[in-house]
Amino acid sequence: MTAASVAQRPAGIRLTRDIRIAISAVVFVAIFYVLIGPQQVANALTLGAIYALIALGYTMVYGIIELINFAHGDVFMIGAFVSMQLLLKALLPIFGIEAPFAIHNLPLLVVILAITFVVTMLVMGVVGVTIERFAYRPLRNAPRVAPLITAIGVSFILQNIALILFGPASNNFPQLIDPNAHADLAGASIAYVNIFIVVLAVVLMVALQMFVSRTRLGRAMRSTAQDRDAAQLMGVDLNQTIAVTFFIGSALAGAGGVVQGLYLGSVRWDLGFNAGLKAFTAAVLGGIGNTTGAALGGFVIGFIEVAAASKGYSRWSEAIVFTVLIGVLVFRPAGLLGQQLGERA
Amino acid sequence: MTAPATPAEARRGGAVRDRVLDFSHRHRSISIIGGMTLVTLLLPVLAQAPPFNAFQPFNAWLDGFSNAGTYVLLALGLNIVVGLAGLLDLGYAAFFAFGAYAYAYGASPFSGNDFPFLPMLVVGAVVAATFGVLLGAPTLRLRGDYLAIVTLGFGEIVPIVFLNAEQYTNGTNGIGGVYPPEIAGHEFNILNPWPFYLLMAVILTLTLIIIYRLQDSRLGRAWMAIREDELAAAASGINTVTTKLLAFALGASTAGLAGVYNASKLTVVSPDQFLFQVSFTVLAMIVLGGMGNIWGVAVGAFIIYTLQATFLKQLNVFFAAINFPAFSLGPITIDLKSVNFTEYQFLLYGIALVLMMLLRPEGLFPSARRRRELHTAEEGAEPSPTGLDASGELA
Repeated sequence: MTAASVAQRPAGIRLTRDIRIAISAVVFVAIFYVLIGPQQVANALTLGAIYALIALGYTMVYGIIELINFAHGDVFMIGAFVSMQLLLKALLPIFGIEAPFAIHNLPLLVVILAITFVVTMLVMGVVGVTIERFAYRPLRNAPRVAPLITAIGVSFILQNIALILFGPASNNFPQLIDPNAHADLAGASIAYVNIFIVVLAVVLMVALQMFVSRTRLGRAMRSTAQDRDAAQLMGVDLNQTIAVTFFIGSALAGAGGVVQGLYLGSVRWDLGFNAGLKAFTAAVLGGIGNTTGAALGGFVIGFIEVAAASKGYSRWSEAIVFTVLIGVLVFRPAGLLGQQLGERA
Repeated sequence: MTAPATPAEARRGGAVRDRVLDFSHRHRSISIIGGMTLVTLLLPVLAQAPPFNAFQPFNAWLDGFSNAGTYVLLALGLNIVVGLAGLLDLGYAAFFAFGAYAYAYGASPFSGNDFPFLPMLVVGAVVAATFGVLLGAPTLRLRGDYLAIVTLGFGEIVPIVFLNAEQYTNGTNGIGGVYPPEIAGHEFNILNPWPFYLLMAVILTLTLIIIYRLQDSRLGRAWMAIREDELAAAASGINTVTTKLLAFALGASTAGLAGVYNASKLTVVSPDQFLFQVSFTVLAMIVLGGMGNIWGVAVGAFIIYTLQATFLKQLNVFFAAINFPAFSLGPITIDLKSVNFTEYQFLLYGIALVLMMLLRPEGLFPSARRRRELHTAEEGAEPSPTGLDASGELA
């Protein structure tokens, strides 16, 4: 298998590969910096961070059970609603904060954000594990399209739960970080929200990378992704590993939901579908099954979309994103960083 | 091998059944015509009988059957691509759109053309097939899920293009006032659902005959060989590229037919008729019907469409009509008459999809060949009669 050969590459080659990725990333950002200006680069990074957070869940789940989890975008949307309810119904009243919700007391802001993120991520993790347990696990040995259909079914269910509970209109999300507070950075004034989101996303991604590469469970995940049967023979608990994967993926999507709410200040029931589709595109673009690739893909999609919008083609931005996707797949079928998928129908 | 539950019983009742099956195998086209005639006659009768007449008036039923027919047509086409050739297509609605827009250009005040309906049916199919080839030619060398993703992207792009290319497609509003069909001097009218119903029955019969013949042809066997093992198929002398392209083109052309029919029936074509949900629904239909089994797919499509478009929407009308009594579950009293099911329609649809898949992952009417495959695949792992949860419980 190609997967094994990559894992066994000598450290030197892996290092130069990392350096190559870093250099191309810097060049990529530099080109866009010239093209669309620093303000838009900040927006693109923020949007890309959100896509990257969602894309990680897609790519992990695909890597481990080869399922395109169409419900994942809606898990992201539910995460936004859960954190909204948490803030409006519990945290903000407890701390006695009233509209317009922007908190200027830094320690208080940190505490509230920390609680929001932790609780939302835990709740969404449990939601993800529940979905896996009831909708995907019974179908693990069924024809491959069967779990795809249940994923679509779950997506419908989640969307309509949100629609019934919160109505078809946009719901206001408390923007805890003052969207008007700016920092002067690299010749542009960049909102603190943007900085916070990008930093948080990078921290979460690094944490994920450490988890996958350093811990016992992470090793179990990697081995299951490589060869499920062999992993089982080596004593890996398959159900547990897959549940952990869903937990982490959904928790990251939940974090993405909170971030989306903080950034845009509104959430809607149908938000998950498009975001999910683009995040999925990001995962494929980066090479599906590859977490670094998914993060990279998320940022690429963010840049493409913001660049299209800033040049006046916002109506075409999705078409451009998908055209790029098709182009990449035709000329580089395994994505930017991916390995060629094996032969399977 | 899958044996019947009680072999003796199956053999006893089987004498008549065998003869019917034997006849239908030998004279497939005749039996399709016979079967479709029977169904066409039976459905209107059924719609007037209780409990179905409580749901909606007869004309609405007949109209619903025609719409269901559109989806049956779509499912039959997608079944060629996914069920027979094994190429997962997640953007099938795009070809539906090409058929519909082709007709809208051919016969509407927007373009100023007024071509007759029947030739336009062929034109729509050809246009859709052309785009099928255009999409397929560069992408069909992709394997498995990558192909699915490319088709997904294509299915997303097409409605966006129709939405944004305003001077050609009239954008969001779409092309209105599309002329209804006129066949042999008889102009179809929206107020009378019968001609549409009968037209759909004829289209479906012809399509079924063609697809069954295709399945049994050299081409059909090549499709199934590719589905089973592309490498082995190529080694056996099958030109996999041409064969896959033909599957794509023929599947797309069926969607084109459905598009033309639907455009002429609705008299309006707009981009929001061809969103992702359509592709998904059609895929769910064929999986639920039993992928690869042509009549199973047709029945599955009919069931899902009727379930989604009629039963779930009209449930409270139904409960009110039969005066369903309120009942109490412990402390809560439930009065089904007052529950607004339209609000819960898609929630129930989602739950239904999940449940149906969990209960029968191979579909309601799995094709015999497919069932055998699943079984041999399982022998390597853990033998389990339903194909459920084998290696999952090993750990």
